[in-house]
Amino acid sequence: MSTITAPLLKRPGKEWPGHSLVVSEPLRLDCGIDFGPFTISYQTYGRLNAERSNAVLICHALSGDQYVAEPHPITGAAGWWTTLVGPAGVLDTERYFLICANVLGGCMGTTGPKDVNPATGEPWALNFPVITIRDMVRAQKRLIEHLGIERLFCVIGGSMGAMQVLQWASSYPEAVVAVVPIAGSARHSAQNIAFHEVGRQAIIADPDWCGGRYLSLGRNPARGLAVARMAAHITYLSEAALHRKFGRNLQDRNAVTYGFDADFQVESYLRHQGSTFVDRFDANSYLYITRAMDYFDLAAEHGGSLPAAFPGTQPRFCIISFTSDWLFPTSESRALVHALNAVAANVSFVEIETDKGHDAFLLHEPELFATLRGFLTGCAEHRGLTRFWD
Amino acid sequence: MADRSAALPLGMPAVAPSIAPPAPGELRRDLRLIAEMIEPGSRVLDIGCGDGALLAYLAREKAVDARGMELSQSGVNACVRHGLSVIQGDADRDLDAFPVGAFDVVVLSQTLQATRRPRHVVETLVRIGKRAIVSFPNFGFWRIRLSLLRRGRMPVSELLNNPWYDTPNIHLCTIRDFVGLCDEIGTKIERSVTLDRHGRPFSLDPRGGLANLLAEQGMFVLSGKTAAVQN
Repeated sequence: MSTITAPLLKRPGKEWPGHSLVVSEPLRLDCGIDFGPFTISYQTYGRLNAERSNAVLICHALSGDQYVAEPHPITGAAGWWTTLVGPAGVLDTERYFLICANVLGGCMGTTGPKDVNPATGEPWALNFPVITIRDMVRAQKRLIEHLGIERLFCVIGGSMGAMQVLQWASSYPEAVVAVVPIAGSARHSAQNIAFHEVGRQAIIADPDWCGGRYLSLGRNPARGLAVARMAAHITYLSEAALHRKFGRNLQDRNAVTYGFDADFQVESYLRHQGSTFVDRFDANSYLYITRAMDYFDLAAEHGGSLPAAFPGTQPRFCIISFTSDWLFPTSESRALVHALNAVAANVSFVEIETDKGHDAFLLHEPELFATLRGFLTGCAEHRGLTRFWD
Repeated sequence: MADRSAALPLGMPAVAPSIAPPAPGELRRDLRLIAEMIEPGSRVLDIGCGDGALLAYLAREKAVDARGMELSQSGVNACVRHGLSVIQGDADRDLDAFPVGAFDVVVLSQTLQATRRPRHVVETLVRIGKRAIVSFPNFGFWRIRLSLLRRGRMPVSELLNNPWYDTPNIHLCTIRDFVGLCDEIGTKIERSVTLDRHGRPFSLDPRGGLANLLAEQGMFVLSGKTAAVQN
């Protein structure tokens, strides 16, 4: 793949925009390790009201980060949820105080495998403990406590973000008013684990990966990470969306070249996705975060019973799926709805018709916006939340 | 599920959604009758809730913990847009998960005839609700009988206005049929109301032949199982 170069990953530093919190009290991880001190990098939008009742925690997906609604500090691309966030937006910055933290194990400022292990002075690499979705949420809970917020108005996220949302509802139901898992699931399916394994093996097979020690050796397994991203990206779209966008169109040529250059637009597009991803993402973070998703199974945490994951008084749920999402299909959301029905939780469930696949949660989907706006407004009325000028 | 195009404005601009319940006078008459049967503050599940007119009314006017279920995406989205708790689902598939007595009242209005397994649905209603309110078009209504007799073709009426080859109403029944089903599964009929096409109630014994002949709709309040059948 001649088009993908192998730049050295930009190192973390104090230059990340936003805030950071150093958590000194160690966190007991699912793997049994007491981990800490560690750093959480996070970004906020809007203002916390005097009652501290208008905080919304946004949970990002596998390849996301805390830069929800501002240009990305490395790529300069627009924030990943600018479709929702802003004054008078669905996540109205005049009404809500929005918080988004880079997940534990990430590579955008929160402690992850590319950061220096104080015990060795070298990057953690594979000595970083294996983390879970629950560990990510435990870290977020520390941040929320640090901000003096007893109860979040809402926790919202798509894909892996939805997993964190569900973990919040299960682990800290008393600390959330409303939860919105979008295009998510209560467990990672065999098919999804399989796709992740392909991505991880692509990274591990890259000679520049060096057993995970590439940073110490001044190398970067960019080709492997790019292939992982390319394969994953296909799963975020749908056959219909790929056909609509690219069809069999050729890239800057009138005929096929009888070679292995990117003849087709779809190939060129995927190569571009791969090569831009390696500029901003750490290969070991990709291994760790995909692993956290694979391990996610809320029912397994509760003796195999999904309803048992949601005991007692529950927050209001708004579960959303997309018709063309084959990565986290509607059946996963419906299983979740049934489990919540079994405990008579307050649930709304909407399946949105779209051909945009799993990535629909990041795109312009008016039906998604209207649903979210209605749900959040209803909950806000219930909680007596107003805009600052009201 | 059956269309309940009633008072909530579906084309409402997305910028200003909130629970906008219809005024009592705007609520469809049979829904108003159901609303009158529901105690303030109770937990209610409306199955086939359409655009949420009844739920919105109950939530605002009776402080009811109102939940809904609706098959059509447009209906569900309209409800959730208006701040109602509604899940996309159908009575055949998505009721089983609810625990016994999860609701004070379960409402199934003009929907039973569109379910695949009406018997199972009725059994489930009285399992998950302390009471169930069920209403349906009466196929024993004299005009329907006469229409079939005279024309020899499947009747099409104001309440059942689809041709036979394109109708969601796959399990039509008469009031007498429904009473028979309740007896068979041992469900207690607490109350019954016979209605004309406009949803205006008139009192007739549902077990008598006259109700089955004169009523265009039947509305029944059911509860649990009768002592005779409970083992």
